[in-house]
Amino acid sequence: MVEKSDVRVVRCGGSKINLRPPIISTDSRFVLCASGDSVKVYSTRTEEWLHSLQGHTNQVTGIALNPANHLQVYSCSADGTVKLWDFIDGILIKTFIIGYRLFAIYVSEKHDGIVFLHIALDTDSKNECFQLVAVHLPKSAEQEVEAKELSAVSSRISPNPSCTAFGREGQYIAFARHLQLNVYFFRKQKTYSFSLKATDKKGAKNAFTCIACHPADDCIATGHEDGKIRLWRNFIHTKEYTYSTQHWHHNAVNTLCFTPEGTNLLSGGIESVLVQWQYGAGNRKEFLPRLGGSILHVSTSSDGQLFCTSHSDNKITVIESSFKVCGVIQGLVKGDAVFTDLMIDPRSKALVLNGKPGHLQFYSLLRDKHLYNLDIVQQEYIYEAGLDQFEVVKAAFDIKGYWLATVEERGQKSSDLEFVLKLWAYDERTQSFVLNTTITAAHTDRIISMCFSSSEETTMLVTTAEDGQFKAWCQGADADTQQDQSFWSCDFVGSYHNLTPTNCSFSADSSLLAVSFQEVITIWSPDTWELLTTLCQPPGVVRDLCFGQLSCSKYLIATTTRNLLCCWNLLTCALEWSTSVEVSKLQPDPLSENVAAFSYQSKHTDLFVFKPNEPRPLFTHKNVCSEKIHRAVFVPREELLNNCDESSQWLNRSQLYFLTQNMDLLTFSTATEEDRMLSSSKRLVIDDSIAVTPFYLLLGKHRQQQQKLNTPSHPAADKPQQPQGSVTITELLHTPAHVLPAASVLCSMFVSSLLISNTGFPFPFFSPEMEMESSEQEMNSEKEEDQQELRAQGSVDEVTPKLSKAQERELKRVRKTDFSWMAGLIDSKP
Amino acid sequence: MASFKPTKVQFLPKLGEKVTEETLYWKNYKSPVQIKEFGAITKIDFSPLPPHNYAVTASTRIHIYGPHSQEPIRSFTRFRDTAYGGRFRGDGKLLVAGSEEGLIRLFDISGRVALRQFKGHSKAVHMTSFLSDGFRVVSGSDDLSCRVWDVPSAVELSSLTEHTDYIRALAPSKLNPDLFVTGSYDHTVKVFDMRSGSSVMTMQHGHPVECVLLYPSEALLVSTGGRYVKVWDLLKGGQELVSLKNHHKTVTCACLSSVGNKLLTGSLDRHVKVYNSSYKVVHNFDCDASILSMAIAPDDEALAVGMTNGVLSVRHRRHQKDKEMLTSRRRRGPSYQVFVKGKNFVPRQDDFLVSKPVKQYLRKYDKQLKSFEVSKALDTALQTWTRTSKPDVTVVVIIELNRRGTLKNALAGRNEEIRGCFCVLFFRHIFDPRFSRPLLMVGDIVLDLYQQVFHQSPVVERLLQRLMEVLGREAELQQELLQVLGILDTLFTSLTPRKEALAHNGMHVTRHDIEQ
Repeated sequence: MVEKSDVRVVRCGGSKINLRPPIISTDSRFVLCASGDSVKVYSTRTEEWLHSLQGHTNQVTGIALNPANHLQVYSCSADGTVKLWDFIDGILIKTFIIGYRLFAIYVSEKHDGIVFLHIALDTDSKNECFQLVAVHLPKSAEQEVEAKELSAVSSRISPNPSCTAFGREGQYIAFARHLQLNVYFFRKQKTYSFSLKATDKKGAKNAFTCIACHPADDCIATGHEDGKIRLWRNFIHTKEYTYSTQHWHHNAVNTLCFTPEGTNLLSGGIESVLVQWQYGAGNRKEFLPRLGGSILHVSTSSDGQLFCTSHSDNKITVIESSFKVCGVIQGLVKGDAVFTDLMIDPRSKALVLNGKPGHLQFYSLLRDKHLYNLDIVQQEYIYEAGLDQFEVVKAAFDIKGYWLATVEERGQKSSDLEFVLKLWAYDERTQSFVLNTTITAAHTDRIISMCFSSSEETTMLVTTAEDGQFKAWCQGADADTQQDQSFWSCDFVGSYHNLTPTNCSFSADSSLLAVSFQEVITIWSPDTWELLTTLCQPPGVVRDLCFGQLSCSKYLIATTTRNLLCCWNLLTCALEWSTSVEVSKLQPDPLSENVAAFSYQSKHTDLFVFKPNEPRPLFTHKNVCSEKIHRAVFVPREELLNNCDESSQWLNRSQLYFLTQNMDLLTFSTATEEDRMLSSSKRLVIDDSIAVTPFYLLLGKHRQQQQKLNTPSHPAADKPQQPQGSVTITELLHTPAHVLPAASVLCSMFVSSLLISNTGFPFPFFSPEMEMESSEQEMNSEKEEDQQELRAQGSVDEVTPKLSKAQERELKRVRKTDFSWMAGLIDSKP
Repeated sequence: MASFKPTKVQFLPKLGEKVTEETLYWKNYKSPVQIKEFGAITKIDFSPLPPHNYAVTASTRIHIYGPHSQEPIRSFTRFRDTAYGGRFRGDGKLLVAGSEEGLIRLFDISGRVALRQFKGHSKAVHMTSFLSDGFRVVSGSDDLSCRVWDVPSAVELSSLTEHTDYIRALAPSKLNPDLFVTGSYDHTVKVFDMRSGSSVMTMQHGHPVECVLLYPSEALLVSTGGRYVKVWDLLKGGQELVSLKNHHKTVTCACLSSVGNKLLTGSLDRHVKVYNSSYKVVHNFDCDASILSMAIAPDDEALAVGMTNGVLSVRHRRHQKDKEMLTSRRRRGPSYQVFVKGKNFVPRQDDFLVSKPVKQYLRKYDKQLKSFEVSKALDTALQTWTRTSKPDVTVVVIIELNRRGTLKNALAGRNEEIRGCFCVLFFRHIFDPRFSRPLLMVGDIVLDLYQQVFHQSPVVERLLQRLMEVLGREAELQQELLQVLGILDTLFTSLTPRKEALAHNGMHVTRHDIEQ
């Protein structure tokens, strides 16, 4: 796939974390979840992403704690391997090569050294047949082992991994498919089957959706498509089995889970309500409503104190056993589709797109972290299958990020379409967007596109709709209402021969507005609303439209449905050049002249980057991905790269992100960038005994640099060395804050401790080996000093004999007990 | 866990109603006190002295009322024929009035008999007034003459006969004792200077002048006549500043409020209109009969309006004190203080704070929606009180139910009463552009559901009949509107593109006007 040596496509963050049930570690400190081709480890308490276990080359499809060692986790992946990890340190312990595509993993305490896997039998055929196999993991010291002892348990397996569960103490395994429940007893080596009728009297759907087995009792709970939960008992006999039915969910039950003691059964479904049923107490239940998206998985910690639910909006909720939400881990929300364009919030540089239903999400690409959701629709979302509800379909920011325009729509399927245009103003005080104007009937038909004018002085919004009109909206005090707050109102209504306008775009200086009406592009002056000229290049309806930026602002680029990419010169109003290429998405870079065009041809997408003034592309990348690309965005970089390489120069100012139809967010990365990333990731490794604060991150470098000095491979010639720094920092951080003296007292000592001592030891021009030695010595001496000072702790009056009188005075001013350690700092003053 | 989001009642601004500070000011009058006089009230004048009594000229008498009295304090009844134009002198001690027989009488406020009588006019004297020095009286008469009288000697000082028709309007200058303005039925307004003994300025009003009025600065002059109110700039030599046409019958009287010099005009069309300083109508007082005279007390404390049917209607200003009185009387239950008690208590440094979760208060229908009780929520929204006073709430709940896909369930199995309820709702609000869309949808569902049973109830059937009539009328109206739009479109096609945008706005306005 990689063509050019230094620019390659990388999957960037935001992968699904709700694919498989999350796992809570035995000590309840970590939550593990499968995410893309890695396993992510989150802290339950702070909800921070700690690290990820990377090594798989394809989607991780299942994770399970090693029953033999609770600090280890198995993961299986579609690349056909099972890996064993130490998840606290993030170390890969072993890799077992299975050789088939794996889809789920199950382990049981009773079956030591055996894992149960879902594998696909025929990978080529469309109706994939899944098989449950037991794999004996060979015990050998090697890193990579090929596991060959496969034994099939059953081939009647549902593709849904939650339809398989281990029974009491691993004695049996229950799995369901369609309308049949199977229980396989390991001792008898026998499968019992129980089947339900396709539909009962009321037309309910009886198909199994999930299974859970009671940990101490012979009882299997099954969830069904119609929302029923059945508790099966006495299934050891094929004939005399019984089941009881409980019904609360009104849609399919997605997940079931028994608490470790088996006292409660947790269930969740599309309604986004976590229901806790008391086992054996009939209908007594508790609810936790409105958790977010529909619940996909529920898991419990081994002590039953924490529950974890994962939701369809790519979220993991950590819930205490008292039914209180105590943490939310939110990934990049990916709904069924992204309706809005990918956008960049000009203020926070966050990626903005559809989030939760009815929300816009702000996602920091830099930190791969969900920032917040902006509630656009402001209505209670009803989690019900097949319900037509308001969804944000269009959104646009103005150039300063002060205004946000959104369009929400409902009734895409039915005939009566409802849509609302909303304008949001940024509120400096609350640091968020506040609703300014709601326009209920902006147009008589669906709004197709909208854009803000790009000038700094006046903001204007242009919307085009299927009713054949485009409207310009201006902010201004309404003369009728005479209120001091300014609202948006319609300024101009334009149309052209009753054709449907499709796209609109403002030129870089907002002096021109281009609106495409099917085959014709009309150019308007926003000041006088005069139709200046029309451009036309038949055949083919204009699909995409953009102006050139910066020095190329005299060019207008358009793509048509008949595979034509045209560039007009607006000074001469003539076609500059055109080329035949099928372009699915045209994206100009606001910071440079470059324009990116994604072209979909013969089942794969190519990328061309070009400048409008020359028809030759600057950069081409064949076969970016195999899907059509409709959403892309240039994200300005925080710091400019200085690539000199011809092919990667276009990535210097901004980075190109694009979204595939599978909702994967991809980007291009360059070699220099990857180097930088690598070095920064090393820096982030820190001692976990100390709380991770930004302050610590800032100062922790000193210690690490020192550690690096100990490794001879690291050239330390240009790095400054602060031997005293680490002592100061550890002491500062270990002393409780309430006994610290005022910051003003500490500051001067602290700063001086960071300075390079010119009296302490001569070092800069020594060979690395010498340096290393000297620093080691220095550290040793530090330790000794430390010990001395520790001994001296507890009494203020007893001053260490090393101190001078001035220093003594200074110490006395600080009349608290634990400050003798500061002597070291004062001592080191030059 | 996100909290329940209550249904949002959309605030949609009603067209035509703009709340400004001025409208609030002019709304702040109590309901009028009605006093019946013997005949049409032709003149009301407030005394410049506190307590600002006012003289009301009606039929053959002049009554003087106190600011809050409903009975006259004093009345002058020695007129043989109809009295006209009773006016106070600048010190409030003397009163002058003309009469039908042409005699002008001068009264002392405390006396009963006329102190002086000025004889000379041959026809009715409709307008009399003191000049600002207080020693001279000017009068305008139907004998086309305008005369100035000396008060001490009761002799005629001069007679001006420049008008060619009845003189029915007169305003003396307050700054210059020799100047006064007259308006006549010969469509002219003239400014007279006694020093020259003739008119110094003439303005063509274009209609018979009913009333003239000088601004306190005496740079602006207001004249009313016909349906027009015109404002003239005297310093620019009588240039017309603005011409207002807000009444649809003759404007008979005008006065200036003492706070901010706002112009008020009264007309035979039974309206008093208040203008702001840019001469836009900001408020409107409705009266029962055609208005002949009007006066406003200093500080705008009271507005007195006299009408053709002899009713004097006095509106008093509402004060903050009155409001407090009302609220204190109505107070029930624990006071607001109880609920905000301790709100601004600042905890000390070492206090341990226990935070109380803020409880979300929901409306009844929201509570029911939260627990998915759709039928109950619909019932709550359809309660008579909500339906009549807050139709937007009703409609919002209906929209919400539709969004949840449960509107049909909520509507099913209802009794006759509720169905009637819906019909009433329909023909009250179905033409309101805010509600017509959801209501049409509900109408469809209701008709579908109850097709079989509608004819069983005569009440509902009658309501449906009415609804059909109303809908038919609306359809006709819409068709007419479309025709008008078509005409307008053809007119506007010849204009430039820039004008087109304006034209669209204009069209909306006209359309709305027609709808109203």
